[in-house]
This record gives sequence, C-alpha cells and structure tokens, in this order.
Amino acid sequence: MSFDVAFILSTLPAFLKAVGVTLQVGLIAIVTSLLVALVNAAILVYRTPYLQRVVQLYVELARNTPLLIQLFFVYFALPSLGLKISGFAAAIITMTFLGGAYLTEVLRAGVEAVPRAQLESGRSIGLSEAQLLWHVILPQAGLLSLPSLFANFVFLLKETTVVSAVAVPEILYTTKSYIALYYKTYEMLAVLTLICVLLFLPLSLLLRYLEGRLQHGQFGS
Amino acid sequence: MASSGLELLLVSLPQLGRGAAQTLAISALGIVFSTLGGVAYGVLASLNRRGLNLVLRVYLELFRAIPVLVWLYLLFFGLPIFFALSIPSFWCAVLVLSLWGSSEVGEVVRGALRSLPLGQREAGLSIGLSAWQLYGYVLLPQALKRMTPPTINIYTRIIKTSSLAVLIGVVDVIKVGQQIIERTYESVLIYGVLFLFFFFICYPLSAASRALERRWTHA
Amino acid sequence: MSALIEFEGFNKFFGDQQVLKAVDLQVRRGEVVVILGPSGCGKSTLLRCLNGLESADGGHLRLGGEELLAPGTDWRQVRQRVGMVFQSYHLFGHMSVLDNLLLGPLKVQKRQRHEALAQAQALLARVGLLDKRDAYPRQLSGGQQQRIAIVRSLCMNPEVMLFDEVTAALDPEMVKEVLQVIQGLARDGMTLLIVTHEMAFARAVADRIVFMDAGRILEQNDPESFFSNPQTARAQQFLEKFSYMESLPKKMPAKELS
Repeated sequence: MSFDVAFILSTLPAFLKAVGVTLQVGLIAIVTSLLVALVNAAILVYRTPYLQRVVQLYVELARNTPLLIQLFFVYFALPSLGLKISGFAAAIITMTFLGGAYLTEVLRAGVEAVPRAQLESGRSIGLSEAQLLWHVILPQAGLLSLPSLFANFVFLLKETTVVSAVAVPEILYTTKSYIALYYKTYEMLAVLTLICVLLFLPLSLLLRYLEGRLQHGQFGS
Repeated sequence: MASSGLELLLVSLPQLGRGAAQTLAISALGIVFSTLGGVAYGVLASLNRRGLNLVLRVYLELFRAIPVLVWLYLLFFGLPIFFALSIPSFWCAVLVLSLWGSSEVGEVVRGALRSLPLGQREAGLSIGLSAWQLYGYVLLPQALKRMTPPTINIYTRIIKTSSLAVLIGVVDVIKVGQQIIERTYESVLIYGVLFLFFFFICYPLSAASRALERRWTHA
Repeated sequence: MSALIEFEGFNKFFGDQQVLKAVDLQVRRGEVVVILGPSGCGKSTLLRCLNGLESADGGHLRLGGEELLAPGTDWRQVRQRVGMVFQSYHLFGHMSVLDNLLLGPLKVQKRQRHEALAQAQALLARVGLLDKRDAYPRQLSGGQQQRIAIVRSLCMNPEVMLFDEVTAALDPEMVKEVLQVIQGLARDGMTLLIVTHEMAFARAVADRIVFMDAGRILEQNDPESFFSNPQTARAQQFLEKFSYMESLPKKMPAKELS
C-alpha cells in the first residue's frame, strides 16, 4: 500500500480550514456555555425560588442524555416545528445546551467550596452582597474551579467532532468527505489522527499540569 | 397529533425495542469490558514499574487526546486496511467503548488504590500474601468504596457515548428511530422518545453515584 | 552454635545514601534483642530487610542457616516464618478482627478453618480481646488494634517476631498493654527483634541491646552493662537524652512491668 504524500499536501488547505471550524465551534460554544452557566450558577447559589428548580431540571436533562440526540433534536426535529436552522447554528445551540449544564455544575461547586467563614468575615467588615460576591467569592471560587473549568473546555472542544453528524465542515467531517470522494482512507485517517494529537494532546497535558498545580487552589503558591 | 402520536409509538414499540436492545447490548458489553480492563489498568499502574507506567501513560493520553468518535472511525475504517481485519460495526463500537472506558475506569482505580495507606500493602505482604491475594483480599476491597461513585459516572458516559455507534452504521435505537421518522415525519415525537430513553437510563445511575459519594466519600 | 538470624557485611542504600553499612548481627533462637539508636540510624530498615519489605544491596542475610539474599528466595515462605508488627498496626480496615487474623492462616498457609480459628481465639483470649473478635478495627483503640496486629502475626506460627516501634503511635496509657503482650512472648522463649524508644522496657525485656548509629552497629551488650556503662561516646550522648532514665531504679525487680 502506498502512502500518497502529494494527495495529503493537496488537502492541507482544506484541513487547515477544518481546524479553524473546529476551533470556531469550540470557542464560541465555550463562551456561550460560560454565559449560560454564570446565570444558572447565580440562580443556584442565591437559591432563587422556582428558577432554581428549572435550572436543576435543565442540568440533569442535559447531563444525562447524549450530545448526538440533542443535536439531532435541534437539527432535525425543530424544523418541523417551524424553526429552520443551519448545521452550524444547531451545533452552537446544542453544544451550549450541553456545555452550559456542565459548567453550571463546575461554578456552583466552586462557590460552595469557598469556606462559609469567608462570607461571614466579609459581612462582618460591612461588605454589601455584591461586593462580597465580587471581591471575596468569585476570585476564590474562580481559582478553585479553574482546573475543572479548563477540563470542561477541553471536553467541549473534543465533543465538536460529534457535530460532523450534521455536516458542519470540521476536522472529522472533512476527513469523511475526502474518504468518500477519493478513497484515500489510509492517508486521511493519518491526517485526522495527527491533527487530534497536535490539537488536543497539548491541551490534555496542560490540563494535567494545571490539575497538579492548582489541586488545592491556593493563592501565593 | 396526540392520539396519532401515541398510536405510532405503540405500533413502533417492537421495532424501537429491537434497536434499544442493540444500544443496551453495546453499552452493557462496554461497561463490563471497561470494568475488567480498568481494574487491570489500575492494578498494573499501582505496581509503579517504570516501563509499564510509560506504556499505560501513552495509552491513556491517546484516549484522552483523540475523541471517541474519531477512534470509532479510525478502527472502523482503519482495522480493515491496516490489519485486513473486518469487524462488524457493532463489535467495533464495543471495542472502542471498552478501550476508552478502560482508560477512564483505570485512572479511577489507580487513584483509589493510591489513596490507601502504604502500610496496608506492607501488612499484607508481611503475612505472606501473594500479589494476587494482596490485591484480591486487601487492596481492591478497600479501594472499592472510593472507586464506585466515579466509576458509575463513567458508566453513564459509556451509555451516552454508545449513541455514536449509529454513525458507523450500527442499527441501534437511534437508527430505528430515524427509519420511523422517514416513514412518518414524526421527528419531534421520536427524538423526544430517544431523548427520554437515554435520560431514564442515565439519570438513576447519576443519582446513585451522587448518593454513594455522599455516603461513602464524605462519611 | 549456629544463629537463627545472621546479618553479615550487610549493606543497604536509598539512592546514593548508604543506610546500612556492613552490618554484622547474629540472633540466637529464643533470644530477645532490642535495637536502640537515634532516628534515621537504620534500625527500622534492618527489620524491614529481614521481612523482604526492603531489598538488600550486598552482604549476607541468613535465616536458620539459609541464605535469603540468593536470587531464588521465596519471600512468601520467609514471611510466614518472620512475623512483623508495624508502628501504625495496619489492620485491614474492611475486615473484622477474626477475618484479619484468619486471612494468613487460611489463604497463605491453607490450614483447616477450625484449627486456625481455635488458635486465633486462644491468642485473642491471651491478649484479653476475645470479646472483640467480631469488631472492626475502627471500633478499637490504638492499643487494642496493636494487640490484634501482634496476634495476626502470631497466628502464622512464626519462628521470630519483629517489632518496629510498635508503641510509638500510641497514647501513653495504652503503651503498657502492648508492652505486656510482648513481654509475655519473651517469657515464653520466642525469638524477638525489637526496635523501640521505650528505654525502661528495653532494659527490662532485652537479653542483649544493639546500639546503632548512622547505619552501623556501634556496640552490643547486655542491658545492664549498656545502660550503666555505655562504651561509645555516641551511645552516651544518646542515653543522656533520655535523662529521666536516671530516676529509674537500677534493676527492675522481677524483670517485669508493673
């Protein structure tokens, strides 16, 4: 079996673009998920009546169902209710639905990990609730949840491969297309593997390093 | 739609059931093999042999870096080419879930074993236990409490991830659902049912994992 | 007369650091040897080498005349002949007291359950803990756990028992109950190798004191000679740190802790 290097080179521009799409979907989804999660976490932390139940239900639904089903529901089922959307939009919506739930849990756990005595001493020096949140809770909660936040970012970025199922031209979809068109299975699988290793392995290793460094989430170390 | 939807569901039940059986079979096999492989991985990693640890580390990092769906395609398309080994997509899915699950469960088992005091190992050795007896009677039973909640969580991830099998051609519950939609155009109903199907399997497991964690890890 | 245990030119390294330097030590059957010395002098490492928990880096180690540093040594066999008790007891937390005691006899030695059970219960009775046979380790005090740990080793019918600072982790009021058990074994004529910081106990129970410093054996003597007239400066310094010793009577009446 020969290894067609010339063919690989000819596909590189397309794969470069595909990496761009992967990063685009991943990064947009991370930002939107974070926004959703911030609102949700605030609702949970302040125990807002009714809304709290809604958020809890959302988190459980999103975390206990496959991304693929969520994606198919948004892409194939919503149009029959009159909501027609592109594959890209479906990808962002679904990944936000999933990512928002995971990040909500991360942020809530981070806030709960801040010792109660911190809140009490903040109040005892006369801080308002908003000041308490901004100056005392968020900096510590943020640091405490940094490793799991980052872990979930990497997780979401890797999950973007699933949106290839609705024809978003990211790395996996591009690979499949080339295999279908030119039967260069061998070469395209090699390229896909290489991209994954180059793209995700450093992030995965960085994550391990962060987890080691920030395991106890302390300032000044 | 309400009555016709219900009717459709009732009529489709046998077909959906056959698909669900495939999905559950892939998940169950994946869970069993991941547990066995994970315990093997965890025990091997706890031996602290340098060469062995390097091999396990490479295995782990490859399954952490390369997404499961990519692994599915790599083995589904790659095995026939590289090893002239053609396996049915069902077994390809089981294989990938098992390899991936083993690395995840393995890290949990390794962590649980490492959390045990070193003295437990030494006390076991000092009464003459063999390595098998040491792990079987002393170390693994004590690691069990710590590793069970996170392992159940991995089980839910295996079940959710088994949904990807449809993308390499397994006629699972999703594929069957899509076939019904092609006939009836009832996509909201069918995808809604599929959504709830996974939810009602995974949610009890997640809840059990959390309850066990509260009872065992924080007690 | 050949010794039961024989270290000869025994060396052990941790990385670059040599923790045991050409150690020569012989222990006769039925002898009670107490090893004293400052922290880090290598006395615990010496015991652990005898149980195969640390590997040696040179020299000879013989048990009953049989070389243990030969490549083919079956340490599982050796460990059944050499019981070891640790500072932190290390009972198996998921097992009841009886299961802790029976694990070795049943699984390692493949003995009959009724026979092993009878022995375990007799030994439990002897250390005054028969009523705790169904308890779990976390329900027991430190002193009780340590007595159980001693019985766990005894159930293997070892030829020698190693005690590695077995009272160091105990509250003071529990030290006595453990030392009394060890003293009982000494009186029965069991071969004991004891590492401890309990000077009064060492003096009372030992047939011979071995003093170690920086990986070497500096002197060996009977307890009275060692405590009243140490031969080396290091041993004198060491004993001065336990100055309260001087307020103790010169000789304990019946070699017995009251």
